[in-house]
Amino acid sequence: MAEAPTPAQASHRTRTDGGEETAQVAATGKSGALPAAAAPNAADAGVLVRAQAGDHQAFAELYNLHKRRIYSLCLRMVGNVAEAEDLTQEAFLQLHRKIATFRGDSAFSTWLHRLTINVVLMQLRRKGLSLISLDEAMEPNPEEGPGRSFGAPDLTLTGAIDRLALERAIADLPAGYRLIFILHDVEGFEHNEIATMLDCSIGNSKSQLHKARLRLRDALRAQNRQEARP
Amino acid sequence: MNGDPGKMSCVDFQAQLPDLIASGEDAAAHPHVRACARCSALLADLRTIAEAARQLFPSVEPPDEVWEHIESAIKREK
Repeated sequence: MAEAPTPAQASHRTRTDGGEETAQVAATGKSGALPAAAAPNAADAGVLVRAQAGDHQAFAELYNLHKRRIYSLCLRMVGNVAEAEDLTQEAFLQLHRKIATFRGDSAFSTWLHRLTINVVLMQLRRKGLSLISLDEAMEPNPEEGPGRSFGAPDLTLTGAIDRLALERAIADLPAGYRLIFILHDVEGFEHNEIATMLDCSIGNSKSQLHKARLRLRDALRAQNRQEARP
Repeated sequence: MNGDPGKMSCVDFQAQLPDLIASGEDAAAHPHVRACARCSALLADLRTIAEAARQLFPSVEPPDEVWEHIESAIKREK
């Protein structure tokens, strides 16, 4: 029996820079176009059909096509390399088990992200690390929401966001807010895609993203205030 | 209707803000923002955060071992 191909052997279309994907997604603007990673082409569709039929080489190609985005999403959500590797492995194993059930109701990339998100959230819930579960983020307790900006004008952030401070603030967001912020502002997904992934309304996705940004603003301003103290 | 949008309160404006931003409209051009330093600063901050987020977290490849583990697990499941 021939050895199964490595993903590198199986595909010559591996994206080499996820940043390019994000840039392309951003370039789609509000036109309703699919993100670049989700845009189907005939070759990708052929790989998917073969993988659904049990072709292992095609599955390896699918892995190659999507591994970077899936691993990066896991890493951004859990902030730990070993854990992100385990979650990526689990996501693709679940994909292997369920791929025949994909019917094309949404873009394959959206479907795969949804599957991955469920894997990540299950892990977060198991660990009890999530201060607010996704469900709670969708119906937040008003006391836990970010503060509005009705007070006196305070320190503004414009032009002064420290990268590390922002990464720390994102890591400290409750899981539900963090997920929506990463999917929209970092990964470049549109609200209709996020709504499909998270099984929520588009309006919910919009308002939760706004609240996530407000929380980040609160956190960054608090850091700025601390640093400004003599 | 809320009447003159330029006379809208900060509370009302910020309640509308998620939909305003998500609709793709230029929230900075809203009459309330033009007249309100506080909400103008808020918008600028949110825009800065969204722009900074695009520069974060370069995507990375998983190590080869991840695929090797996936393949092994698939073989075990067959």
